[in-house]
Amino acid sequence: MGCPADAGVSDAGFQSMSSPNSATDRGNLPPLSLHVPEPRFRPGDAADYSHLPISQAGAQARPDEACAPVETHPLCLDLIRVLDDEGRAVGPWNPALDAETLRRMLRAMALTRAFDDRMYRAQRQGKTSFYMKSTGEEATAVAPAMALAPDDMVFPTYRQQGLLITRGYPLVEMINQIYSNRADKLLGRQLPVMYSAREQSFFSISGNLATQFPQAVGWAMASAIKGDTRIAAAWLGEGSSAEGDFHSGLTFAAVYNAPVIFNIVNNQWAISSFSGFAGAERTTFAARAIGYGIAGLRVDGNDPLAVYAASRWAADRARANGGPTLIEHFTYRAEGHSTSDDPGQYRSAQERAEWPLGDPVTRLKQHLIALGEWSEDAHAAMDLELVETVKAAAREAEKNGVLGQGLHHPTRTLFEGVFEEMPWHLREQSEQAIHERRIRYPDWQE
Amino acid sequence: MTSNSSNSGNSSNSGNSGSAEPRATRRMNMIEAINDALDIMLARDPDVVVLGEDVGYFGGVFRATAGLQKKHGRTRVFDTPISECGIIGVAVGMGAYGLRPVPEIQFADYIYPGLDQLVSEAARLRYRSAGEFIAPLTVRSPFGGGIFGGQTHSQSPEALFTHVAGLKTVIPSTPHDAKGLLIAAIEDNDPVIFFEPKRIYNGPFDGYYDKPVEPWSRHPDSEVPEGHYRVPLGKARIVQAGEALTVLAYGTMVHVARAVCAEKGVDAEILDLRTLVPLDIDAIEASVRKTGRCLIVHEATRTGGFGAELSALVQERCFYHLEAPIERVTGFDTPYPHSLEWAYFPGPVRLGEAIDRLMMPA
Repeated sequence: MGCPADAGVSDAGFQSMSSPNSATDRGNLPPLSLHVPEPRFRPGDAADYSHLPISQAGAQARPDEACAPVETHPLCLDLIRVLDDEGRAVGPWNPALDAETLRRMLRAMALTRAFDDRMYRAQRQGKTSFYMKSTGEEATAVAPAMALAPDDMVFPTYRQQGLLITRGYPLVEMINQIYSNRADKLLGRQLPVMYSAREQSFFSISGNLATQFPQAVGWAMASAIKGDTRIAAAWLGEGSSAEGDFHSGLTFAAVYNAPVIFNIVNNQWAISSFSGFAGAERTTFAARAIGYGIAGLRVDGNDPLAVYAASRWAADRARANGGPTLIEHFTYRAEGHSTSDDPGQYRSAQERAEWPLGDPVTRLKQHLIALGEWSEDAHAAMDLELVETVKAAAREAEKNGVLGQGLHHPTRTLFEGVFEEMPWHLREQSEQAIHERRIRYPDWQE
Repeated sequence: MTSNSSNSGNSSNSGNSGSAEPRATRRMNMIEAINDALDIMLARDPDVVVLGEDVGYFGGVFRATAGLQKKHGRTRVFDTPISECGIIGVAVGMGAYGLRPVPEIQFADYIYPGLDQLVSEAARLRYRSAGEFIAPLTVRSPFGGGIFGGQTHSQSPEALFTHVAGLKTVIPSTPHDAKGLLIAAIEDNDPVIFFEPKRIYNGPFDGYYDKPVEPWSRHPDSEVPEGHYRVPLGKARIVQAGEALTVLAYGTMVHVARAVCAEKGVDAEILDLRTLVPLDIDAIEASVRKTGRCLIVHEATRTGGFGAELSALVQERCFYHLEAPIERVTGFDTPYPHSLEWAYFPGPVRLGEAIDRLMMPA
């Protein structure tokens, strides 16, 4: 009695309809319970990743770039890996890059890391307000940048500084932006690391999450409308794959067969929320591709060769009108979300060391050494050289000022560029702002 | 339909057809004028694309894009998934590529899923990238009520957009202006929200809902010049000159205000603002300083509506010329109703009483 099928038939059913909130009328139905995901390890816990299925390097099939999307779908639940534990490149996804290219890749990743270290310290020294490192995730930006054509348009989120570094954007310009100084090409308008670099085909970073996904699709659709040959690629974290924009982007890409690559950097953590809050307890992020009927690949994001191979596969496919590919880069955010974050508050300090896929820089270094194309000494010398390179760039940028020093762009630039032409109300407000500065700083000149 | 009129009867003071020569005109309703503008821009500029729900083969639920896909091709005019976030988002990306997209949001009431892409992305792209990327999109969307559309097909959300730095908001009230403003909006390099008052698509509805509506063909502003012309953004239109009172209105309410002023025999100067951002403050100031009385009219809800901004501006700039408190006539602060539509609508009674208050001797 009292079960839904009886409602309105029996007296008990009638009663439960008339007082739906009365627990006593539910008979023996079990109470519902809400599942709130909880990560395996919290501060103080020992981290043990033995539950993670780690596929054997070289064991994943590599379908032809022109295959039907469904042929890639087993790979959405697997993990494409090329570098094995001995640093050998194995299996059908081995991109067989020459040693010079491998060294270039290693250098770009190491430079990204050196840059991050320096800028992190600069923030701690009060030279800027904010910074975000990409430590441990360098391969997910550097390797795709090398697999794409230099004029393919990239729509990054905030942790793909490796794209700019690989594409040769001057470090001084990056630091000018981070310091929001008078040489900052973005006129001090954007939070540090929200770069824009049109010449490098690097789209302006929003800071609002996932908005770049439909935008990348629109850019790719435009390229297809115009009969261009350039493709688009977009990045976001697994956390923001929960945004509606992610799903809008995938829907549009699937509908119009847009030449676009979607990269989900699954670094396990969205600030303090583990990937379970984006759905990771149910399936992989690459598996989103299955529902949209587009190609999908799941790749060891700490394996630069696997990332390169997957990116190249997706780029070749898109360029041949094969449509979109979703790539999940399975990796680990080795540092905090940003300089404003303390991961020690919410996750086990052991996670980084126990992460079963290692470190991308170390793995590529080992590979090059195994090939006889690199050495520990050469690596140590390179690291020293890169530290000096970054230091010199930082010194150069500091000549243009650091945040809060007053060496910023003129006050009127606050009002410029809201519209192409400044309307009357902004002209009036601009005069007011300049008037206020003159009162506050009587000797002030711009 | 085509006439070669030297006297278009157009009361527009835009004076921007670029030529003193009389040009051929054609009588159009507002839908035909919008369709004509899109057709002209698709033909003139290979970077213009039109996208939205049902706009392709079918030609749009209000027929604004009828025939355009057949004429310009499926990659220039096409249907989209039902995702306003996606529609605006891809339009931003297309703009970054170099296209000039004209997305349609089927009803303004549906625009909210695309709001983040408008507010945080399109509106700020030029600014945040220091001009490296722009978002030259024109988002067309039918808005306003009076068609028994209920709460989800009747809203006037213009104030949500006028509040956003970096967006232009344009609302035409006649076929002549709809075409010229839409062309100007498409050619503009900033993102433009182009709200089309759907109640006046087929005729200049004057608020007397119990009387038959005149078709556009009997209205002088249905004489629409052939070919390309712009009505500049940021310029108001003096619908009628007057001395006793200034009416600030846009969209459907221009026609309602005109009818009520005529009925009451008041010598009102009616300004059709046409563009809310950027606003033609000079025209507003000149008129209010002349008349000393100001009535602000919009169909949207009252609190935080654009009328509040107008009222503040008039007070700040014309206070010592005012002979009476500024009056605001608006919709009520309720969702747009279905059966009680005309109880909500700021109709002749509400306007008439406001005019009476304004004209009371001091």
